[in-house]
Amino acid sequence: MSAQLVLDYCIYTAIAMLMLAMVLTSIRVVLGPTLADRVLALDQLVAIAIGFIAVIAVKTGYGLYIDIALALGLVGFLATAAFARYIYIASKASKNTGKIEGE
Amino acid sequence: MSGDIISLLSAFLLLAGALFSLISALGLLRLPDLFTRMHAASKAGTAGSGLLLIAVALDSGEWTIWLKCIAAIGFFVLTAPLSAHLLAKAALAAGLKPGFLDKEPET
Repeated sequence: MSAQLVLDYCIYTAIAMLMLAMVLTSIRVVLGPTLADRVLALDQLVAIAIGFIAVIAVKTGYGLYIDIALALGLVGFLATAAFARYIYIASKASKNTGKIEGE
Repeated sequence: MSGDIISLLSAFLLLAGALFSLISALGLLRLPDLFTRMHAASKAGTAGSGLLLIAVALDSGEWTIWLKCIAAIGFFVLTAPLSAHLLAKAALAAGLKPGFLDKEPET
């Protein structure tokens, strides 16, 4: 059993595990009781997508996929920061309800 | 022979990173509170992505890929606590309380 074969099997196992992780995180996005839960789950989804891109880069051998992962991480951080800012400002604006619901 | 060792090491890192991501997703689904979920997502998620990126760099072996992977990992390690802190601060301002604070006896 050569090392390349072991690497191929590990790539398929890693893809399966990352798909399962994506499904579980998507369930939290749909289910999340508050808006902050959904934002956190979307941030986690970006992190899993970066891992997925890394596995695909190992599988195909193209090093250029790392640039996509880097750009995706940047955009994901900006989105999370913007959503957190939105939750903060909206909570300041609506003090009478005191709580921001998901819908 | 050294190529075999590098391939096996890369395979091990792939499995470890995928396992970290899976555990983080499981914690995100199963933990009871926003703040405990944040604990699962920001630390284990960053570890998973970082291990997978190290696996890519180890497998390719070119120094440009190493540089880009180290830059990406440094960026994630810098920004994951930042975004978690911003989100926790916003959630506290929006009225969500950590779970252990709810069990205090009211006077």
